Amino acid sequence: MSKIAITSEGPDLDDPVDPRFGRAAGFLVVDVETMDTSYIDNGQTQVLAQGAGIQAAQLVAGAGVDCVLSGFVGPKAFQALSAVKIKVVQDLDEGMTVRQAVEKYKRGAVRFAEGPNRGAGR
Amino acid sequence: MIVSIASGKGGTGKTTVAASLARVWVRRLVAVDLDVEAPNLHLFLHPVIEEIVPAWIETPVVDESKCTFCLACSALCQFKAISVMGSVVLTFAEMCHGCGGCIAICPGKAISPGKRQLGEISRGYAGNAEYLAGCLRIGESMSPPMMRQVKSRLKEIVCASDRDAIIDAPPGVSCPAVNAVIDSDVIVLVTEPTPFGLHDFKLAWEAFSPFGKPMGVVINRAGAGDRELYSFCEEKNIPVLAEIPDERAVAEGYSKGRVIADLSPEFRKIFVSLHSKIFELAAGALDMEAAHA
Repeated sequence: MSKIAITSEGPDLDDPVDPRFGRAAGFLVVDVETMDTSYIDNGQTQVLAQGAGIQAAQLVAGAGVDCVLSGFVGPKAFQALSAVKIKVVQDLDEGMTVRQAVEKYKRGAVRFAEGPNRGAGR
Repeated sequence: MIVSIASGKGGTGKTTVAASLARVWVRRLVAVDLDVEAPNLHLFLHPVIEEIVPAWIETPVVDESKCTFCLACSALCQFKAISVMGSVVLTFAEMCHGCGGCIAICPGKAISPGKRQLGEISRGYAGNAEYLAGCLRIGESMSPPMMRQVKSRLKEIVCASDRDAIIDAPPGVSCPAVNAVIDSDVIVLVTEPTPFGLHDFKLAWEAFSPFGKPMGVVINRAGAGDRELYSFCEEKNIPVLAEIPDERAVAEGYSKGRVIADLSPEFRKIFVSLHSKIFELAAGALDMEAAHA
């Protein structure tokens, strides 16, 4: 069983991908074999003055995912995700739905990032 | 007595007022620059610096061999400066506010204090006034911890030599500004009679009112703008302690690093009067009706 987390603006597979990682509205955790989903609300993290990326990394790590799909991942979030060997796919196209992102992942059409693509606190 | 010179809007004349007030202060004084992100009081007071010491912040260093990954530190830290990810403890020293909570709460005593330099504290003399200032290291973002160290130094000086203090505060109404005014006996807000000035003055007045400290306003560039600020002060019963006229001579003096109170006897009079009104305000003896005349 392989689970991935996609930054999402809502709890549904057809909701748009939220381009931000740390301050995403939430994370849709998807089992890529069964397409079962569960939603993690990230509202508490969004209001943090600092450390949103780290808090978000803790949330998705707690959900037991192998990979995170998002638009932009900052340096501290990347470091935190790397510490627990969660792979990162970033630069998802703007306007993509979560379902499209999962399909792209399943086709193997994604590249695992080697480093963050955003400065801290953006 | 400790007087803080604050404002919502930046560039309204806090340092101009602080420097001039320092010049006319009667009792023994320490002039403090607490705008640690951009200190500039020295440009006007031209202090002779006697001592510069580094200011440090305590940040956590984790001995992972003693860590049980219990998450206590991670759950406590509001700033995510220490986080446990699985069996890895991550520390982000630059995000640490130095509260020491993680060190205190760790049941396995796995965390010890390390340190990071926040900036420098300088101390000296500007005429008869003692001078004290904090300056944050370039790239550092932790103003309040830096300010706390300047303030503890201030406390030592005030206790040791029975001096009053004038604090040149940072602009705004967020943590640094609050940290600058919270220990003072009187808050003097400097603003200008413009829509921007009024807008940010209201924010400052709202932010600092809950402290219940005597608060008054100095209107800089009086004669410019409109009367809205005056109406607001009257409505909220905020005394106008002084007005600095919108004159070219003030700007010229400022641009040469001169203290406005030194420019002419007329200017000096403005600050001598401000000095006595601050004492009246502190004693609850200010004639409020006259303050709105």
